[in-house]
Amino acid sequence: MKGMTIIVKTISSWVKVLVFLFGIYIILFGHLTPGGGFAGGVILAASYVLLMLAFGREFVEKNLPLPLASRLDCLGAFLFALIAILGLVFGGSFFVNFLYQKYLPGQPLNLISAGTIPLSNLAIGLKVGASLFLVIFTLSICCKDFKTDTSTHKKEE
Amino acid sequence: MSIPLPAFVAIPLVTAFLLPIFGKKGKAAATVLANLATVSLLVLAIVSVGQSRVYEIGKWSIPLGINLVLDGLSSLLLLAISVVSTAAMFFSIRYMEQYTAKAKYLSLFLLMVAGMNGVVLSGDIFNLFVFLEIASIASYALVGFGCEHEELEASFKYMVLGSIGSIFILFAVALVYGNTGSLNMAYISKAIQSSGLNAGLTFALGLFIAGFGLKAALVPFHAWLPDAHPSAPAPISAMLSGVLIKTLGVYALTRVVFNVFGISISTGWLLIALGLLSMVAGAFLAIGQWDLKRLMAYSSISQLGYVVLGIGLGGLIIAEGGNLAWASLAILGGLFHLVNHAVYKSLLFLTSGSVEMSTGTRQMRQMGGLAEKMPVTRATCIIASASIAGIPPFSGFWSKLILVVAAIQASFYWVAAIIVFVSLCTLIMYLKVQRYVFLGELPENLQQSKEAKNSMLVAMIFLACLCVLMGLLVLVPSLRSHILNPAVKVLTDGLEYSTKIINM
Repeated sequence: MKGMTIIVKTISSWVKVLVFLFGIYIILFGHLTPGGGFAGGVILAASYVLLMLAFGREFVEKNLPLPLASRLDCLGAFLFALIAILGLVFGGSFFVNFLYQKYLPGQPLNLISAGTIPLSNLAIGLKVGASLFLVIFTLSICCKDFKTDTSTHKKEE
Repeated sequence: MSIPLPAFVAIPLVTAFLLPIFGKKGKAAATVLANLATVSLLVLAIVSVGQSRVYEIGKWSIPLGINLVLDGLSSLLLLAISVVSTAAMFFSIRYMEQYTAKAKYLSLFLLMVAGMNGVVLSGDIFNLFVFLEIASIASYALVGFGCEHEELEASFKYMVLGSIGSIFILFAVALVYGNTGSLNMAYISKAIQSSGLNAGLTFALGLFIAGFGLKAALVPFHAWLPDAHPSAPAPISAMLSGVLIKTLGVYALTRVVFNVFGISISTGWLLIALGLLSMVAGAFLAIGQWDLKRLMAYSSISQLGYVVLGIGLGGLIIAEGGNLAWASLAILGGLFHLVNHAVYKSLLFLTSGSVEMSTGTRQMRQMGGLAEKMPVTRATCIIASASIAGIPPFSGFWSKLILVVAAIQASFYWVAAIIVFVSLCTLIMYLKVQRYVFLGELPENLQQSKEAKNSMLVAMIFLACLCVLMGLLVLVPSLRSHILNPAVKVLTDGLEYSTKIINM
């Protein structure tokens, strides 16, 4: 038996897209509305957790292989550090918002404004989404095997 | 040349996140890259000696933004961290071939270095906590890296006690923020000077001492160290005992006590008591051990006691308004012992790793007669043992001599006596190591044991040369006035730190 009943599977296969999109929205509008990279990343991870609960672990592993998730995780952190270093190169100080000060001085409350902050949100979203997914996936590796007798397990230990 | 200070944190951090991309095939490339990162940090640390600067991140000025501060004490610690991490990283090239997932190991190693550099440079107390957590969490994972039963147990114990320490520090940071309205250390210090310590701030100081004491494994808080340090892979034991407990524990403690809260007579006595207790208890516990790395771990507790004792003695003399010369001498002894201990204890752990790799055991009863099989390991181990026991030409002698002279001049004769007595105990425990590991008869099953491989030998010889030459740091006046004296001055100046930072 893999995953849950057909009702749960159908509903979650509709909902997962909405959850994922909502996560992307929260990340992209992080500088304008409540939320941001961290909150959006958690929602992205939640969409995969939903799939994992409904369809089982193997399905999710095919959908998003662990090495890929691990690399996305590192990529997010790397991008964030890169934005900081670009601030040093173009703005003269670490973490300077060089896009806003020099190249893209957008109006407040527009989507394209706030310089490097949306980019940082994007990097954090990637990092948090991938690493939270990995954390929950790793936690789900340990499970109780109901079929085999528990006394054999104790001997193995 | 002025280096952008964030480079000390950014270089290891960026490299750490680049490494896992190489995967299993690019192990050689990942190793080269990681070594380049540590070597470049060493070069940066040497270049930055003698400078003192404030760096405002993102050009936000201090009460609003986050600042990094480089002063004498920071650059001394940066130097110690980068020397030990370069040697340990070079040692791991060959040593970590025994383990799987080398790229992940290198990545965690660099994260730990980034965290420690951050702690040392941070001028903001909340960022100090954040970097402290980065370094601590990376070290929890590294202690359990072997994934054997004993290692996971040690890692779990370390994680629980380390997290309790972190929670103490976080609560203290919250109390300080609530009472002074600032997180910047210079501004906190200014607020404390103008309004004095109230009950909340005194409680916060207590929490800081307990939290950083847990990280430094001073004696009432030491329970995790003898499990965690031996269980880690040898280069990580070297990093943990060599620099991690010093940056997260002693550095942060002295920075908060001397520069933020200001030293008082009662904190001075508390530091002396903690130091003496660690020295004596650590030495007695170490003598009875039969596990090679466990003995060295207990001896770390004892040696860290010297550092805290020296700094506490200096603080007490300052608080009592005594002769400033003897106060700076005591602090100089403490800080010099800190640097010395970083070098020789990491060397001792590297030799223990080389012994463990060739014999497959850490039990001293099962070893013996390795002197002919492993001549270089034996020679470096003798140098390190002589240094830690305080035998004249080696570095450990000078720092202990300074401590004894300072204690006698300040008429703490009993403290001087205890320093000499514990030094004798240290000599006994390392004679025991020499006797049971390198001398005696070679057991049957160890006939095949071989000397360590190239990269491991280079790392050990590098540290052994430093052990011999470190005495020059105090003996040559120009080196002393460039490296050690600025660090001592940061602590003896005490609360003037805040006006310096604000005006800089």
